[in-house]
Amino acid sequence: MATDPMAEIRASFFVECEELLESLQDALAQMDEGSSDNETINVVFRAVHSIKGGAGAFGLDALVAFAHRYETVLDELRSGRMTVTPEAMKLFFHAADLLHDHVRAARDGGPVPEGSESCLTDLEALIGGGAGPEPEEEITDFQPMTLAFDFADTAETADLPVWSVRFRPTAALYASGNEPLHLLRALAGLGTAEIRCNLADLPELDALAPEDSYLDWQITLTGDISDFDIREVFDFVEDVCTLSIEPVESSPTAPAEAEWDSLAPLEAPAEPCLPALQELPAAMPAPEAASPPQPVATASAASAAGPAAPSAGRSDAASEHSATVRVDLDRIDRLVNLVGELVINQAMLAQSVAEAGLPPNSAVMTGLEAFMMLTRDIQDSVMMIRAQPVKPLFQRMARIVREASGAVGKEVRLRTEGEATEVDKTVIERLADPLTHMIRNAVDHGLETPEKRRAAGKPDEGVITLSAQHRSGRVVIEVSDDGAGINRPKVRQIAIAKGLIAPDATLSDTEIDNLLFLPGFSTAEQVSALSGRGVGMDVVRQAIQSLGGRISIHSEPGKGTRFSISLPLTLAVLDGMVVNVAGETLVVPLSSILETATLADEDIRALGPLTNVIHLRGAFVPLYDLGAELGYRAPRQSYAGGIVLLTAQENGARSALVVDSILEQRQVVIKGLQRSYGHIPGVAAATILGDGQIALILDPADLVQNASGRTRGPEFALAG
Amino acid sequence: MTAEKALQTTSEVELLSFRLAEEEYSVDIMSVREIRGWTRATPLPHAPAHVRGVINLRGTVLPVVDLSVRLGMEPVQGDARNVIIVVQVGNQTAGLLVNAVSDILALPRSELQPPPELAADAAHSFIEALTIVEGRMIRVLDLSAVLPDENAEAA
Repeated sequence: MATDPMAEIRASFFVECEELLESLQDALAQMDEGSSDNETINVVFRAVHSIKGGAGAFGLDALVAFAHRYETVLDELRSGRMTVTPEAMKLFFHAADLLHDHVRAARDGGPVPEGSESCLTDLEALIGGGAGPEPEEEITDFQPMTLAFDFADTAETADLPVWSVRFRPTAALYASGNEPLHLLRALAGLGTAEIRCNLADLPELDALAPEDSYLDWQITLTGDISDFDIREVFDFVEDVCTLSIEPVESSPTAPAEAEWDSLAPLEAPAEPCLPALQELPAAMPAPEAASPPQPVATASAASAAGPAAPSAGRSDAASEHSATVRVDLDRIDRLVNLVGELVINQAMLAQSVAEAGLPPNSAVMTGLEAFMMLTRDIQDSVMMIRAQPVKPLFQRMARIVREASGAVGKEVRLRTEGEATEVDKTVIERLADPLTHMIRNAVDHGLETPEKRRAAGKPDEGVITLSAQHRSGRVVIEVSDDGAGINRPKVRQIAIAKGLIAPDATLSDTEIDNLLFLPGFSTAEQVSALSGRGVGMDVVRQAIQSLGGRISIHSEPGKGTRFSISLPLTLAVLDGMVVNVAGETLVVPLSSILETATLADEDIRALGPLTNVIHLRGAFVPLYDLGAELGYRAPRQSYAGGIVLLTAQENGARSALVVDSILEQRQVVIKGLQRSYGHIPGVAAATILGDGQIALILDPADLVQNASGRTRGPEFALAG
Repeated sequence: MTAEKALQTTSEVELLSFRLAEEEYSVDIMSVREIRGWTRATPLPHAPAHVRGVINLRGTVLPVVDLSVRLGMEPVQGDARNVIIVVQVGNQTAGLLVNAVSDILALPRSELQPPPELAADAAHSFIEALTIVEGRMIRVLDLSAVLPDENAEAA
């Protein structure tokens, strides 16, 4: 089955479809933002057109039919007979979603998506409603359009410079070990090349001197190429061949090119140069030729820059595609695991070398250092393979927004930021469900109805912003809306009604906001079709936590609500500071440490009977004794002379963690505890040290959240 | 031949017996993966008293249960004579810290008796069956009750 070539081609068609749909979404989003220039519309058109073409080859009739009618409407837009209106954009998006469904249906053999007919009718009404042609004409109208599309392509090609290159190697070229084939290949790589070999000089076999040169080549090269690019190919053989490079069209640079051409042979040794001079169409006397290369260079650069610009983007994209390889995820995972083992092994090796007491600059030590650097490089590269941009995920969310907003009758615009942010593939996959839920929540509960928005002096259209960015070694993904914010009195009331909190409980705003994460909490007064299906924010939080992430809420009444998800970059390795606390070795993620400091007596201030703060750089920072928080020992009597790690959380809150000593700073492999044991407050995972012992990796933010903060008081205060 | 063998495996049970304090316990040998010498476990914060910590078992993190504490007795001291029995129940793997391994017993399943109902003892719910071998009473542990419950700890 897997070897069936047709199935493979079919599979790759569907992979291509995904890419095309992605660029379709992109371009539509750009149009929606208002940049409906021809190029963008063309991208939309081309994507639909390519899907149609591919689908036709596989006989996917339903898909072809849908794509065809969609394309027909887009064509009206492309030809400028139709203008972009918000309603049209909505239909285009809807049609793009349906096209996606059609592709899925064609791939998995599912039924034809519902609503495609009505969407198409609506779309066609857009063009039919104006002075557009009748449906019958439309089909005939379509045909020339396809041609026009092809014309556009050739027109673009015609804009590109065409070069005529004549290349005749001398015997010295062959003698010095050069191969004309490589040069010709390099030339062909620059653009579209038409290569002709001139055999006219080739003698009869008996007259042929094997070491002599008889062949010359005539190359017509089309592409976004400058004279310099071509010359670069021949850089190393310039003195052992005769070369002429001319633009085919008569352009202002043409005479100058000829001057430039004559330079090369003139600098070359006299002997092979002779035929060159004869062949040159516009050979110039040497002295005059020597001076003008300067303006030539600029002229050709300018001519290259002109037509090159519009096509540059596309040729880049094309080369990117050709350079990708599709690899089974299992293989990558295996590689990731192996690299993890390699890192542990390297640490063990380093430890035994250190124990052997070799001098620091011995061959073994330097070798080991190089090995460590290589390991790190390998690891980074492997992690990069797994990292993927969040863009496809965000595009899925755009669709969720469209569907959700349609269902509740609200006008919603999704704004995305940082789509190129790369995150581990597993994280992306496991983020889809919680994010979908959060987006639906934002549309359903976060944003007000248009009437309420108007009353509050806001535009009818609500905005949901989805952003991703790297922040201090983690990925932060935020979902925010410009709605009414969390209705805290109501949340409180519901929590009391559901028995989640005591009626007389005094809660801070943040505590009330966090009630949303409690299991069984739903703020919707009635269970709507959209959200409140028994899957609450507690499930979202659980999903995020299982990825080693955290979620927090920030809400301002009348301004909106923001959910921040903070996730680790990779699930495999982290840079950590190895510390010692009460005889135990712990690893603190380097990304969370701002600085380390030694405490002096006057830095420490008593806050309450059991708690201390330290005064560091003009700010008060709460002090936490890691030994006491993790239950290794009672709080110390005095922290003077102790070492603290100053850590910062995503929300900027700082805390100082007391440790006994700092051992080293190194990369550790993350070994999850979840599966074998479960979640431990304040502990993110475990790792294996060079001596084979297990050390716990701390999660400072989680630790501080669950911490008692006891750093003072009599020892018996800790009992229990 | 094969039918006879099948009958044998169902009617016979092999137990790995070990010493805990001065008592003899045993587990079904089919759930035992390996027996390791004592290594210091890394303690886990906020863990119940019977969870001794975690050890490195060829690159995986293995939780170790002090069986003695789990059954309501004094903790195992932890020296070179103690051993860790690595057991697997379902898809959960854990180490059991015991004083010493004593024997492998093969006996007919019919000789195992359910424990009498005596609710006053903490260890009672962990014991699946009892048997007498050469005049010594041997307790057969119910491993799924002994091991740390994933869901309960994940809170």
